[in-house]
Amino acid sequence: MKQTARIISVYTADVMGVASALFELGGMTVMHDASGCNSTYNTHDEPRWYDHDSLVFISALTEMDAIMGDDEKLIRDITEAAEEFHPRFIAVAGTPIPMMIGTDLPAVATEVEKRTGIPCFGLKTNSMHSYISGVSMAFEALARRFCDERLSREKGSGRVNVLGMTPLDFSVNGSDGAIRDWLAKNGFTANSVWAMGSTLDELIEAGRADVNLAVSCDGLAAAKYLKEKFGTPYVAGVPFGTGFADTLASALARASVTGKDAVPFAARPMEWAAEAAIIGESVYSGSLAAALGLESGVSCRVICPLETEAGLLAESDSEALDEDEIIPLLGNSGAIIADPMYRPICPADCRFVPLPSEAFSGRIYRKDIPNLIDRQLKLL
Amino acid sequence: MLERLGKSPPEELTSVPARDADFPSPFRSVLEYASPARGTWNIVHTGMLIPQSHQVFVCAEGCLRGVVLTAAEMGAIDRFSSVAIREENVLDGDMEELIIDGTADILEKLPVRPRAVLIYTSCIHHFMACELPRVYRVLRQRFPDVEFVECYMNPIMRKSGLTPDQLMRRQLYAPLKARPINPRAVNIVGNDLPTDDGSDLVRLIRENGFTLREITRMKTYDEYQEMAEAFLHITTYPSARAGGEELSRRLGGRHLYLPFAFDYDETDAEYTVLARELGAVYPGSGSRREAADAALESARRAVGSMPVAVDYTAVSRPVQLAKFLTEHGFHVTDIYLDAVPGDDKPAFDWAKEKLPELMFHPTVHPAMRVRPRGGDTPVLAIGQKAAYFSGTDRFVNMVEDGGHHGYDGIIRLANLIEEAAKEPKDTRSLIQVKGLGCGGGCCV
Repeated sequence: MKQTARIISVYTADVMGVASALFELGGMTVMHDASGCNSTYNTHDEPRWYDHDSLVFISALTEMDAIMGDDEKLIRDITEAAEEFHPRFIAVAGTPIPMMIGTDLPAVATEVEKRTGIPCFGLKTNSMHSYISGVSMAFEALARRFCDERLSREKGSGRVNVLGMTPLDFSVNGSDGAIRDWLAKNGFTANSVWAMGSTLDELIEAGRADVNLAVSCDGLAAAKYLKEKFGTPYVAGVPFGTGFADTLASALARASVTGKDAVPFAARPMEWAAEAAIIGESVYSGSLAAALGLESGVSCRVICPLETEAGLLAESDSEALDEDEIIPLLGNSGAIIADPMYRPICPADCRFVPLPSEAFSGRIYRKDIPNLIDRQLKLL
Repeated sequence: MLERLGKSPPEELTSVPARDADFPSPFRSVLEYASPARGTWNIVHTGMLIPQSHQVFVCAEGCLRGVVLTAAEMGAIDRFSSVAIREENVLDGDMEELIIDGTADILEKLPVRPRAVLIYTSCIHHFMACELPRVYRVLRQRFPDVEFVECYMNPIMRKSGLTPDQLMRRQLYAPLKARPINPRAVNIVGNDLPTDDGSDLVRLIRENGFTLREITRMKTYDEYQEMAEAFLHITTYPSARAGGEELSRRLGGRHLYLPFAFDYDETDAEYTVLARELGAVYPGSGSRREAADAALESARRAVGSMPVAVDYTAVSRPVQLAKFLTEHGFHVTDIYLDAVPGDDKPAFDWAKEKLPELMFHPTVHPAMRVRPRGGDTPVLAIGQKAAYFSGTDRFVNMVEDGGHHGYDGIIRLANLIEEAAKEPKDTRSLIQVKGLGCGGGCCV
C-alpha cells in the first residue's frame, strides 16, 4: 500500500532541510512545532551540531497555543531571541499543526522583521515533504532576499556558484572541499557554495557567477531564480569519478559560452539500464550512474524515491516514492547501489552495494559515506 | 567553518540562584534549544519492552524520522513500521482508513504475526478528532489474534494532562489481561531500566519469598502476561506513577509509589510500608547507612573540592540529590533542569534557605546554545546534560535513576561518582547515544 513502510527508513523532511541549508550562514532558524523536530534534526541529520553553535530552535507549540491561534507568543519569542543573538536573518519554518491551523508564516515573518529590523522569511514547510522541498525553499528564499541585484553575470570569469550542497546529500566527508578543488583544477573558481564552507556575504555576491552548478535537485530552484535574475546558466550534476567529472567540467565551460542550461547525466542511453540500479536523489544518483557507465562500462538506472524535476531523470530511470513502488523495480537488477537501510527490501540474490545517505539513514553509517568527487570509483 | 559563536549570553538568562528561583518553573517558556545529550529513553525504546510486539507509527514524514531511526539504532528496525500522513489525508478526511488499511497492509506483510501491535497516532489525529475507537474496533475484528495497543506521539499535548512519557509508561501494560490475583507475586512497573538485583527493594521482595516481575526482564509475551497476576504494583519513577495507579484500578492489585530517595529516613519509611504490604517486617537499615556513608566518603575524597553539577536526566530528584551530597560534604554548585519535579519541592525549599547560592540552569533555553561550556575549574557532573553544559569529561553516565534503589542505589551511585572523578570519559561519544542501557539485551 502507498505510504506504508514495513521496514525501511524515511527521508528527512522539509523542515529539517531548511535548517540544514541555512546552518552555516549566521541566521536563526525557528521550527514552529511542539517538540521533537529539533532533537531529531540535531541527532540524525546534522553532523555539525556538536561543534558549531548555529541558532536552530523550536517554538515549543502547545495545544493551547494552537487552539487559541496565539501567533503573538511565537512572534514575541522569536523577537526576544533575535534581540539577544542578532542573527543575519531569521527563517520560520512550519510543521503539521501550523499547517492544519493555517498559521500564516509569511505574515509572522513580516511582523518579526518589522519589530527587529532583521530580514525574516516564513517558509511553508509542513513535515510532509522531503528535505528536497525544504532545502529548495530555503535557498530560493535566500537568493530572492539577499543576492545583490546590482551585480551582473561576469561571463567568462570562471566563477561558479555551487548550489544544493548540504550534509544531507554529501555528509561532512570533504566532498565540499573536493568540489572546490575540482573546479580550480578545471580553471573555475567557487564563487560561493550553497551552503557549506561559504559565508552569507559570499552568497550575496552570487550574481557575479559565470555559471551555476546544481549538485542536487534542491539546488535547482535557486539556480532557476539566478538565471531569471542574472541570466546565469546552470549545469546539474556532481563530478563523480574521473570520466564524468571531466564531462561535467566540459559542460560548465560550454554553458559559460552558450549560456544554455545542461543536465549531462540525463543523456544516458536506454541500453545502459540493464545491469545495476541506484536508489537515491536524482542529481546525485544520475551523476553516479553516468560516472559508473563511463568508468566501468556498467549500465545503471536510477530509482528516485524523492521529489525531482522533469529533465533530471534519464529514460531508463523511475520515480518510486514508497516501499511498494520500489520493490517491483528491483526484481531484475544484478546489483543495487543504495543506502544500507534499503537492504531488507532488495532481492536476496542481488549484489547489494551499500552507499549510505545521511538524508535516509542519518548518522548510523555516517563514517561509511564516501567522498566520490573527482576520483576513481570503486563501488562495483 | 565549525565554531562557537563566542558571545556569552547575559547570566540571568541561563542561571538563577536557588534563593531567587521560582517553583516549579525557574525559567520562562520561550523558544527551545535541544542539546546533543540523548541518553534518555523515548517512546520507541519504551514500547519495545513488550516482548514479541511490533510498532506502527502513523504521522508526517518529519515526525517519523526520529522514531524510525531510534528503532534502527537500537537494532529493532524489524519490529518497526510506519504509515506516512500526506496533505491529502488531512484534506480528504480519510485518516481512519489510512490507519486501518496501513496497519492491515503491514500486518499482512510481516513474516511473523506479532502478539501485540502498538499503534502510535500523532498530534494531527488529535486535532482532526480522528475516530480512534472505530479504528481499533475494526482492526480488532479483522485481526483477533493481535492485541492492539493505543499509543501516542503527540508532543503538542505535553502540557495538557498526562505527558506522552507518562502515557507510554501507562500503555505499556494496557495489553495485560485480568487473571486471578496471586498473593505471592509483585511487579515493579514503568521503569525502562531493570531494578538492580542487589537493590534493597528487590532483595526485600525476593527474600520474603515473593515472585518479582518487571517488564525489563520479560522475554516472551506469555511471560509478560503473567504480570497481570500481581497483588502489588510498585512504581519508583515519577513518570510511571499514573500508570501504576491505572494498572491497580484495572487489574485489582494494590499500587505503591516508592521513589528512589536520597534520604535515609525516607528510604526506611518506604521499606517499612513495603514490608507491611508483604506481610513482613522491615528489619531496619542496620549497617546499611554506615556502608552508604563509607561509600560516599570514599567518593568525596576522590572528588575533593571539585564542584559538582547534577541534572534532571540522571536522577528523578536532582534537588534532593544536591541536598544529600551537600550534607555529605560535596561541593554541589549547579543543577540543570527546566522544571523542578513535584517530588523535589521539600529539597527545593531547603536549598532556598540553606544553599541559596546553588545555581539553577535551564537545558532548553536558547541562550544555552551559546553559553560557554566549561571553564578553568574542572567539574564533576552527574548526568549527561550536566556533563555537556559543564564541558567536563568527569561524569556519571546515568539516566532515569539508573535502575538503582535504596541504600544499595546510593552506594552504587557513590561508586560511580568516585569512578567518574578518577577516570575521564569520552563525553562527546557517550552522550549522543540514544536510550542509554537499551539494546544491550534488555529490550530487543
